[in-house]
Amino acid sequence: MSKYMIRHDPQRCISCKACEVHCQVKNRTAPGVKPGALITVGPDRLPDKVQVTSAFRPCFHCEKPWCVAACPTGAMVKREEDGLVHVVRALCVGCRACVGACPWKVPQWDESTGKVVKCDGCLDRVEEGLHPACVAGCTTHALSFFRPNENVRKVRSLYAKSLLVKKNEG
Amino acid sequence: MPAKTVYSVCGMCPVRCPIEVDVENEQCRFIQGNRQVPSIRGALCTRGAAGIPFLRDDERPQFPMLRKGERGEGRWQRVSWEDALAHAAEKIAAVRSQHGGRSLLWSDTGGPFSDLRQAFVRALGSPNYFSEESVYGVNRQHAALSLFGFTDDRLVLDLKHAAEVVLQARNLFESVHISQANDLLDGLENGGRLTVIDVRATVTSGKADRFFLIRPGTDYALNMAVIHTLLKHKLYDAAYTERWIADLDELSRMAGVFTPEVAEAETGIKAADIEALARDLAKAAPKVVWHPGWRTSRYTDSFFVCRTAFIINVLLGAVGAKGGLPLAVRPEDVSQKGLNRFTDLFPPVTDQRADGVGWKYPAFEGGPGLLHQAFSAMQNGEPYPVKALVTYQQDPLAEFPDPERLVALFAGLEFLLCVTSTWSETAWHADLVLPVSAYLERESILAQLDGIKPAFLLRRRCVAPRFETRADWEIVGGLARRLGLQPLAFSAAEDIWKQQLEGTGVRLQDFGGKGMVELTGTPQYGRLTEGFRFPTDSGKVEMVSFRWRRQGLPSLGPYAAKSSPVPGGFRLTLGGCGLHGGGHTVNNPLLNKQMPENVLWMNQAAAARLGIADGETVAVSAQDRTGRIKARLSEFIHPEAVFMVPGFGRTLPVESRAHGRGLAANRLMPGGLDLWDPTGGGVALQEHFITVRKL
Repeated sequence: MSKYMIRHDPQRCISCKACEVHCQVKNRTAPGVKPGALITVGPDRLPDKVQVTSAFRPCFHCEKPWCVAACPTGAMVKREEDGLVHVVRALCVGCRACVGACPWKVPQWDESTGKVVKCDGCLDRVEEGLHPACVAGCTTHALSFFRPNENVRKVRSLYAKSLLVKKNEG
Repeated sequence: MPAKTVYSVCGMCPVRCPIEVDVENEQCRFIQGNRQVPSIRGALCTRGAAGIPFLRDDERPQFPMLRKGERGEGRWQRVSWEDALAHAAEKIAAVRSQHGGRSLLWSDTGGPFSDLRQAFVRALGSPNYFSEESVYGVNRQHAALSLFGFTDDRLVLDLKHAAEVVLQARNLFESVHISQANDLLDGLENGGRLTVIDVRATVTSGKADRFFLIRPGTDYALNMAVIHTLLKHKLYDAAYTERWIADLDELSRMAGVFTPEVAEAETGIKAADIEALARDLAKAAPKVVWHPGWRTSRYTDSFFVCRTAFIINVLLGAVGAKGGLPLAVRPEDVSQKGLNRFTDLFPPVTDQRADGVGWKYPAFEGGPGLLHQAFSAMQNGEPYPVKALVTYQQDPLAEFPDPERLVALFAGLEFLLCVTSTWSETAWHADLVLPVSAYLERESILAQLDGIKPAFLLRRRCVAPRFETRADWEIVGGLARRLGLQPLAFSAAEDIWKQQLEGTGVRLQDFGGKGMVELTGTPQYGRLTEGFRFPTDSGKVEMVSFRWRRQGLPSLGPYAAKSSPVPGGFRLTLGGCGLHGGGHTVNNPLLNKQMPENVLWMNQAAAARLGIADGETVAVSAQDRTGRIKARLSEFIHPEAVFMVPGFGRTLPVESRAHGRGLAANRLMPGGLDLWDPTGGGVALQEHFITVRKL
């Protein structure tokens, strides 16, 4: 896993696909190539309501990525400092071994360039202290991005504070 | 060169959200919502995200084009801006001198950037300025006007603090308004409750605590039953209604017959559920928002639907309340001066409007106008000939019903000018196309936004135009110069902005690192203070509008039962989605890839009776109009309804991606220009029935 986390909150998600389009725009992909994908089902009947639900599927940046192991040219790399898995374009020969190897079919084949495009966690934006494009532009803040320990600290402190407030109010 | 951030305003839909754009080497790299605006916090919807692909797309008008062949034939001659503006000015001047200024009709987007264009129309001596609300929101605006004496832009929907929200035919989470959607989600996270009333299940209804799948066209009966319940059980805010409502007795009389049981028979919604809704709303009062609708040109009684929605808000004391519908705060409310208006530079035009607003229809307001009522003047010369039509970023042939008829009416025009940044059905029929730069390539005049925090908003150019396109102020300025209207003949955007800001105490440099200037530090929720008077005859909220009565119109009519379709027939219903809301996005490279064509939503059981399977292409017809479209079956759409996203079925070969994909809903509305709500003025887009047949 990378050091970072993208969290998807289905309660806030409106299945609008802005995440996909922000990603495509930032990464200048061909229209059919989606490094991050929002999968939507519905409207379906749940026990208490009729609902449209979605799941966001960027790259998991696996601990032992199948795609890296499968790549014959060393183009698919897991970055040491933060674990983001990305394609070194100059080395990609377009063999698509990674596409076959990935259990979740995250790497995308770009016909127009003959190379693979893959969610790299927007590593250039992350280096600048920004959030990945999908998170930055998400219409309803259903996606959130966490850096190492940042979230843990935040949640721990919020929880502790809420206990203190209750105690004081009580 | 390092990236810079340009603060500007989105232009992909009428909401116009504040954005920030990363620009590097004269290229837009990334675009998101303005992170400094609390209700947006960086968010930008799917259409907004596709602004850069729109900018990079070559399939938009790139230079001025003069028609060579017949109208609609698609043969064009490239002309210089000098020649194009000279030609347009000459045509306008000729029409004006022969038929008078009033014979020019201007169809505009309206909205906060329209003042300069409105001023131009006024300066030409024409009363015939129309905004796109003419086809979307006119019933809602008139409903507010008839009750409050002002249109609903004076009210804010405080979805963030509301305890109960009702969305009626307002698919907020698909036809997205970013700040409203986030406010509502924030409110729901904080314990707010949502009721959705629609003819089909949507993303929005999926977020609801309560979903009423209503029989199409019966919303008025439902709303009256809610009013009936509030009155009968004295659930309304008595002190508030006593102080602010005129003719409550008359409302009681009208609502008397609408028991929840009567409404159940019409709407299909259980009487007990209607009553429970009314009781829950009363418990939450005044923190209630019953949304008055966005697209309200639906039925011949949509005015009554919008009006009763507002009345429910009023009965619960929500108008003027935080968590309800507080009054929008204007600059003058916080002792500041608003922007100077270019329209104030010219005297109002006293000629009668071609649509009858203000004389034939004295209750109605000229703001949006009734474009569908003005079109006929092109052909029959009543009340006087309309000889020139200018559309600004508007596409009447894609937005109004019955484009075949409209094309025939265009025959009476001596000049049809399209000022547009995208190709459109109307542009294809124009005599001259003047291309507007993409919004990322142009500045606009400053906008003033009234609301919880009144603000001035600046749309800056992010990059230079890719093609020979111009900003609207340059086009208006170029025409004004040639027509001798010097006060509008600006040659620099800064000069416009400075003139707008003069005397406001705000300087151009104040927009610096945010792109907007807020006129108050803290949010202000406009209340009904002791001395407040509604600008109606009575000074109160009028259940029976004096203004409407003077026109001989009912303020609340008896409910006219809606007819059900014949077997094999369905009522055609419409709505936007997250990707497309009209024709101008359907050829966008990324949005088109997401959704290249529309589908026909049908009830599963109703489709099964016709032997139609999910995904199957079906034949549809309305009188002599026919088409083919893929069926999308759902258990959760009312069996009397079919649903389509409008704007598809494009006929222009220059839009390679959208050409011939999907079906244009407005083509299935023969005679639709004459089918409208006589009390609210809006066209009735959902009073059309279509037949669906298995192929």
